[in-house]
Amino acid sequence: MFELMFFGMYAAVLVGAAIGVIASRNPVHSAMFLVLAFVTSAILWVLMEAEFLGITLVLVYVGAVMVLFLFVVMMLDINASTLRGGFWAYAPVGVIVALVVIAQIWSVVWLRNQEGWGLVQKAPAPQDYSNTRELGAVIYTEYVYPFELAAFILLLAIVAAIVLTMRRRPGLKIQDISDQVSVERRDRVRMVQMDAERD
Amino acid sequence: MVGLTHYLALSGVLFAISLAGIFINRKNMILLLMCIELLLLAVNFNFIAFSRYLGDPGGQVFVFFILTVAASEAAIGLAILVVLFRSKSSIRVDDMNVMKG
Repeated sequence: MFELMFFGMYAAVLVGAAIGVIASRNPVHSAMFLVLAFVTSAILWVLMEAEFLGITLVLVYVGAVMVLFLFVVMMLDINASTLRGGFWAYAPVGVIVALVVIAQIWSVVWLRNQEGWGLVQKAPAPQDYSNTRELGAVIYTEYVYPFELAAFILLLAIVAAIVLTMRRRPGLKIQDISDQVSVERRDRVRMVQMDAERD
Repeated sequence: MVGLTHYLALSGVLFAISLAGIFINRKNMILLLMCIELLLLAVNFNFIAFSRYLGDPGGQVFVFFILTVAASEAAIGLAILVVLFRSKSSIRVDDMNVMKG
């Protein structure tokens, strides 16, 4: 009973935050609503006994990805008003597509619900249950290659983001490390033969 | 008691809202990226709900990978956005027509 109440409350907040993301005039407000949506989702995931993923969502998304979004929004000097044109022009199409998608998903869920899912209602996990331990037990054994691939994708993303945003500005007074390292003695020192001077 | 259907319905509504957001905010590239994040979040709900009600941790492992890929996608997307803003001083999707045939 309490679970249903909490679920309804947070689901309402989540849907409201999602609507806020797509309807805000200011991109910063959109980002803040997205943060709210992520935090609420994390709570709902914890309600589904996926504690590790709930914490990961807060740490990775709220802590890193959304900060990145906010940095970019604030760094770029965007004239928001020119981006808002056509909001009402496209709104009917968007709403129609959304309703079609809802109807499709609802029909499938409803059909399966009529047949019964064939699932048993699981009892809540015992007190000493560790979601992290359970995930770790499969992620390093059964899914070890996908796990390594995920690590590789992250590395690729780091390299790609740095390479994309790095720019060479000519005329900048900076050290050229490879020039400094590859310098040799004869480039710098000139041996001069001359007579000793005396006066 | 909260059942699988509740979570599937919530996920469907979230998915539809973010899809509508892609249509409505089709001029602003930052909002498009945010809507894609919301779409992936809605999909993750399905994975976790089925993982919970089937008693199989595999679904949660997949959410883990989706989070990884979504984070990389956001980083690269924002990097492209910054580069684009440098060259065009605009993030309107309409201005991105250099590859038009």
